[in-house]
Amino acid sequence: MKNKNLYNYILGIADNSLILGQRLGELCGHGPSLETDIACTNMSLDLLGQVRSYYQYAAKIAEDGRTEDDIAMLRKEREYFNVLLVEQPNTDFGYTMARQFLFDVYHFLMLTELEKSTDLNLSAIAKKSIKEVSYHKRFSSDWIKRLGDGTEESHSRIQTAINDLWTYTDELFHQTEADKVMVAEGVGVDVTKLKDAYYEEVNAILEEATLSVPESKYFQKGGKQGIHTEHMGYLLADLQYMQRTYPNMEW
Amino acid sequence: MSNKKNWPLWEVFVRSKNGLEHRHFGSLHAADAEMALENARDVYTRRNEGVSIWVVESKHITASNPEHNGELFEPAQDKVYRHPTFYDLPDDVKHM
Amino acid sequence: MSEEQIKNLEEQFEARIARDEKIEPKDWMPEKYRQTHIRQISQHAHSEIVGMLPEGNWITRAPSLRRKVALLAKVQDEAGHGLYLYSACETLGISRDELYEQLHSGKAKYSSIFNYPTVTWADIGAIGWLVDGAAIINQVPLCSTSFGPYARAMVRVCKEESFHQRQGYEIMLKLCNGTPEQKEMAQDALNRWWWPSLMMLGPTDDMSVHTEQSMKWKLKRKTNDELRQQFIDQTVPQADILGLTIPDSDLKWNEERQSYDFGEIDWDEFWQVVKGHGPMNNARMKARVGAWERGEWVRDAAMAHAEKQQERKNKQVV
Repeated sequence: MKNKNLYNYILGIADNSLILGQRLGELCGHGPSLETDIACTNMSLDLLGQVRSYYQYAAKIAEDGRTEDDIAMLRKEREYFNVLLVEQPNTDFGYTMARQFLFDVYHFLMLTELEKSTDLNLSAIAKKSIKEVSYHKRFSSDWIKRLGDGTEESHSRIQTAINDLWTYTDELFHQTEADKVMVAEGVGVDVTKLKDAYYEEVNAILEEATLSVPESKYFQKGGKQGIHTEHMGYLLADLQYMQRTYPNMEW
Repeated sequence: MSNKKNWPLWEVFVRSKNGLEHRHFGSLHAADAEMALENARDVYTRRNEGVSIWVVESKHITASNPEHNGELFEPAQDKVYRHPTFYDLPDDVKHM
Repeated sequence: MSEEQIKNLEEQFEARIARDEKIEPKDWMPEKYRQTHIRQISQHAHSEIVGMLPEGNWITRAPSLRRKVALLAKVQDEAGHGLYLYSACETLGISRDELYEQLHSGKAKYSSIFNYPTVTWADIGAIGWLVDGAAIINQVPLCSTSFGPYARAMVRVCKEESFHQRQGYEIMLKLCNGTPEQKEMAQDALNRWWWPSLMMLGPTDDMSVHTEQSMKWKLKRKTNDELRQQFIDQTVPQADILGLTIPDSDLKWNEERQSYDFGEIDWDEFWQVVKGHGPMNNARMKARVGAWERGEWVRDAAMAHAEKQQERKNKQVV
């Protein structure tokens, strides 16, 4: 592969959308109301649409005959570079919205920068995705506020979810080797620079939602290096089931 | 079942493209106006059907009673002078 | 109102329907018309949302990204269709929560076909091809049914559903043009879904209790047996294109009738499933009730927040 760094860089972005899209897909038909169900499915569809654009581009760069589906479904767990945050399970609607919100704020900031990329493919994907993600962010922020302000039960549930997922937020701003090279080339986004804006925005929404900002300073990392939480294997077992059970077939 | 209040019903009006009026598309449930708008977007414009959405809580709509249709609408039927065809003009008069 | 007055109103009402006029929610209607429509529209709505479950079962395992987004969009459409239909039903003076309550308590029925399991990917193809195919046959005539909100909901549903059956057939086509193992998977799915699909069009005419009245109100345009025949006649050639065999040894073309003759349907199985003892009745209900109960705190929270916001607004005004 001529440009392994660009390839890895794309996967780092795309895998987040794939895994989060997969998680949201699990919920289809099981949401708290028909309307919320439809909304969550829309977000899943947006994310998977983005994923296809990224992987199709990655497949072109890889030049080894692999398709978007091979890339999406036929890697080993260690070869997925998504952050730990997005693979966390749908414990309840609070966790689903907290995960979404904590990712959306980052995602929006990242895409806004990616749109300026010197890589025209990435810039174009970012440009299209920003509008989708802007909506996701509005949707999840609104729900954080509703659940925070709503009832005693919802307040406590969403606070627990935020507390539990907080430990995965710092990883969003870690740079990988591929990141560093791509930033230097003007292709990639320097995620370290997004951190302050991220926490400022997240904290403001939490405050509006009458939630407290977790004080924990202990963070988890590893996803970007392919070292995932225990949840990931099960998620991949589902995602890869058909491709693994019936290799080399077209669907 | 919860004895608390359920999400109220909202009516959704969508302008399908600029220049057209908003048209009643259907209804949905939502806890508040923002949610109603978001839900309307996801439910009624999934296939690119709209450029603008109005939502109004159903209880705020006052509807005419079909039993009064006679007195409401029939009196307009014989007011034919409101229509251009009521007026006789010679065929030679154009553009009128 | 005196009995005679009611009879008079009923006659006028039936005359309106006979003239192809639409009935709107606020119009006077016989109580039986209201109840029949609540029953049928809500059953239809319930079928849409219970129908999300067997297909939803394969969203996370769809074999390609293209298939995954198509399936997600399809299942999402079903949620939308359920929503349109619940809304139409609500115009008759019953709330969605009450309708859910009827579903969850087992009082309301939904299409029995969804009480069969989806055990392979080919089942997603078979459902799209056969179940949606049978549904379309049922639904298209409803676009001109007498009750306005139902007819309008059906116009929207039919328009959106046009991709569903194609999606399913394309899955089958791909399997049948694939490896022998894939083709076998497709045949296996057809074997399991064929008879339930025929049953889906309802009991035979001599067993069907609602037909005559439903015809008059344009809730039905053709009898169950006519619809079933139509379905078989249009589906057999589609199976031929796939190179699949319909699992009915009695199936053969009747030159005289210009239709297919077909074998005996196992109505005992049909009634067993209708009465709640199909392979997945229990699991489907548990999934619906579970989702509703797990969502209760969320719905309550949203309502509580909305009320607090309203109070805050009111205070600002003062």
